[in-house]
Amino acid sequence: MSVELAADGIKEVRPPLTDADAESLKAGDRVRITGVLYTARDAAHARLLPLIDAGQPLPIDVRGQIIYYTGPSPARPGDVVGSIGPTTGGRMDKFTPKLLALGLKGTMGKGARSQAVRDAFKQYKGVYLGAIGGAGAVLSRFVKKLEVVAYEDLGTEAIRRIEVENFPAIVVNDCHGGDLYEDGVRAYARPSEGRD
Amino acid sequence: MTMREIHVSAITDAVKKLCMEANYDLEPDMLRAFDRALKSERSAAGRQVLEILKDNAQMAKTKKIPYCQDTGFVVAFVELGQDVHVAGGLLPDAIDEGVRQGYTEGYLRASIVKSPFDRKNTGDNTPAVIHLDVVPGANLKVMVMAKGGGCENRSKYKMLTPADGVDGVKEWILECVRTAGPDACPPLIVGVGVGGTFEKAAILSKKALLRELGSTNPDPLLDAIEKELLDRANRLGIGPQGYGGDTTAFGIHVLTYPCHITSLPVAVTIECHAHRHKEVTL
Repeated sequence: MSVELAADGIKEVRPPLTDADAESLKAGDRVRITGVLYTARDAAHARLLPLIDAGQPLPIDVRGQIIYYTGPSPARPGDVVGSIGPTTGGRMDKFTPKLLALGLKGTMGKGARSQAVRDAFKQYKGVYLGAIGGAGAVLSRFVKKLEVVAYEDLGTEAIRRIEVENFPAIVVNDCHGGDLYEDGVRAYARPSEGRD
Repeated sequence: MTMREIHVSAITDAVKKLCMEANYDLEPDMLRAFDRALKSERSAAGRQVLEILKDNAQMAKTKKIPYCQDTGFVVAFVELGQDVHVAGGLLPDAIDEGVRQGYTEGYLRASIVKSPFDRKNTGDNTPAVIHLDVVPGANLKVMVMAKGGGCENRSKYKMLTPADGVDGVKEWILECVRTAGPDACPPLIVGVGVGGTFEKAAILSKKALLRELGSTNPDPLLDAIEKELLDRANRLGIGPQGYGGDTTAFGIHVLTYPCHITSLPVAVTIECHAHRHKEVTL
């Protein structure tokens, strides 16, 4: 298993992941990721799509992997990376079901996903993780190695292979239909005074 | 009255510094907003997010790495005293040169594409969006905002009718907060422009963000609207990062302008907690 519950109640996630690993993650679970993540956002996804549609090989093998939606800021000399927080996942909705069909297990970003993507998580046993948006400086601490593996001309939008240690995230959408955002609103919404 | 001369190089140097400082160093009103929210937030996940964001602000400031990897579109509000003569070049060029130097030398991300269709990155985060006002006096004030794209994508505009009135405006603003949801990185700051024309309302909604958080709107009617809307926004349950909680917005700021007898335009700029802005008066 690549997902194990640690003593502090946080789930340790070590890609690559299997269907069973994905099934063991539930919306609201806090996780720590150690291992390899691939970064890709709008422009890289746009280049992957025609390859997928033509049945051609992709520059990265997505089977079992997690794609992190981010475009890091440049590293200062001596640093691995600059700021590296998540971008909005919903912009990748158009591409995600096709990548899940190829064996991608995880996506990580921030913000809500479409119903079609949430259905695809169920169908293909995938998960969507939330990293804290706007906490890119703190998140850079957990990145130990970084290399561009495709589309270097895209600059910040290139596909990078990063190695992370104890990268913190939370399960937003699981493969059982769970949604942290909906649960959160249900738990904390309060009627306005003099209304409702 | 003689004209005061300000050389473009001084403007470029100032903008360069503002771009870097805005990205590394959140304003004190933001840091106070985190602390206030930590006292009232019921959600443990929400409090944890707020604590991490405080750490993030501290780390960004000490290590001089940007608070958020999206170092934003530079929106510059410029107040040009009419007794100032800008010497040595054009004012917009001087601002763009400051952006170029600030983003390149400050290890800030280049996030701007030259054309919305071919989407080739300009490589240095230029150009800026510049809003120029001419004001009395012989000073030049430059307010720089590094505006994040994720929250900007949730900004909205609606032409209401005079019959919709203040209640219609309030409901629309809350609807904008609700639909921004977790995508826009709450806790949010919501800038609202009401009145004027299509473009005037939009510019006001952005300018409204620059007011100090927690400050009182000088117009008592608007102040009451802001306080009511902030309370109602924080009852939506969205919370920090959308994980559920009481802190969906840190502030809702409203600016108005006279408008046509047929119109009630309302623009809402959604801003995330990475609310980065700095200003200088030359």
